[in-house]
Amino acid sequence: MAVVRVRGPLRALCGGRGEHELEGQTVLELLRGFESRNPDARGWILDERGHIRPHINVFVDAERGAELTPVPAGARVEVIPAITGG
Amino acid sequence: MTELTVGTKKGLFLLEGDHSPGGDGFEIRARAFPGEPVDYALREPRSGRLFVATTSPFYGPKLFYTDSDPTSEWQQAAGVELPAGGEQALARIWVIAPGEAPGTLYMGADPGVLFESRDNGSSWQINAGLWNEPSRQEWQPGGGGLCLHSICTWPGDPQRLAVAISAAGIWLSDDGGASWRRGNRGLNPRYLPEADIDPETSALCVHHVERSHARPERMFMQFHGGVYRSDDAGESWQAIGAGLPSDFGFPLKLDPADPDSAYVIPLVADMDRVMPEGRVRVYETRDGGASWTPRGEGLPAHHAYLTVLRQAFTSRHSGAGLELYFGATSGELFGSPDAGASWQTITHRLPPVFSVAAS
Repeated sequence: MAVVRVRGPLRALCGGRGEHELEGQTVLELLRGFESRNPDARGWILDERGHIRPHINVFVDAERGAELTPVPAGARVEVIPAITGG
Repeated sequence: MTELTVGTKKGLFLLEGDHSPGGDGFEIRARAFPGEPVDYALREPRSGRLFVATTSPFYGPKLFYTDSDPTSEWQQAAGVELPAGGEQALARIWVIAPGEAPGTLYMGADPGVLFESRDNGSSWQINAGLWNEPSRQEWQPGGGGLCLHSICTWPGDPQRLAVAISAAGIWLSDDGGASWRRGNRGLNPRYLPEADIDPETSALCVHHVERSHARPERMFMQFHGGVYRSDDAGESWQAIGAGLPSDFGFPLKLDPADPDSAYVIPLVADMDRVMPEGRVRVYETRDGGASWTPRGEGLPAHHAYLTVLRQAFTSRHSGAGLELYFGATSGELFGSPDAGASWQTITHRLPPVFSVAAS
């Protein structure tokens, strides 16, 4: 079990709930579970191909993660839009 | 009273005003989706429903609608996505067009995809005929992507449709979109070597297409270098750009009452996308393209290097009361209450204008 934290519009789509306890071995499994349990957010993090959208960053216990990054039990997984600008 | 729905790089702007002589001009009544790129916005005339297509740089393209206060709650439309598990993702929504059947709407998007709604835009289904078109693998995108940007219904006949895709050309259907065929005869892509041009396979960069309401078999096209007219419902095209300062541009509008009418906004060329001579002018034909007349009274005429995008030109009403409106990427919005005879600046400090629609 890990905790997925979302903010901004993603949090609003989850009824204002920012923390979600979910099962998953990898970042991708976890995010699929997140969108499955929060249907209003479906398609916001993952695109139709099932990939994380290019400007969404995911951090696992404060380390930058990718789709296949393993998620240890109790991990804190942050979903953060990329910083834009110069 | 006219309402303008203006999609910009930084949100939706709703303006309201009276453009007739003695009218009070336009006021910005509301702003919504602040900071979000609004690629297209439309007040659907039959339902009164307001649509906004955004492409968040983070969360991808989405379609929202509201039946009430635009500064309040919006609903996300369902089904605006490509088939799951494929190799492509929806990149951008380009246009929404009312269909001929009650409650029906069409929506064009990148990558070259047509959606249809039968419930006034609450939910959408992909048009399978066009999505499964066997030549799709060979379609090439234009500079703006593989965008389906023009949807031409046939007044009174929901079976007949035409869509335009940059750069996959014109596609025609006589069975409500179940099957499609090309309609590209006569188009001359000057950006390709002449020996390599094949109307069935060449990349045809159509920029905008409109169908005459008064004579539906007549259509007008702004091409990537070339303005064309079709008198056989889009099967074949003839060049009508002679007399324009440039036949490159993006938007195009017609007077619904006059099948011989068209309005274009020329840009210098594909490598210099600004108004010719630094003068803002709309060009009008009233003889099917045999001649063109500049319409610039009241528009900036000195060092005005503006760009108008393909969805940023719109009209309302017809005949002598035809209203025309267009917005520029530099944030100006212009309007004419008299079919282009005179123009006024409506506002000039908006974010870059992506789309303009009037109701």
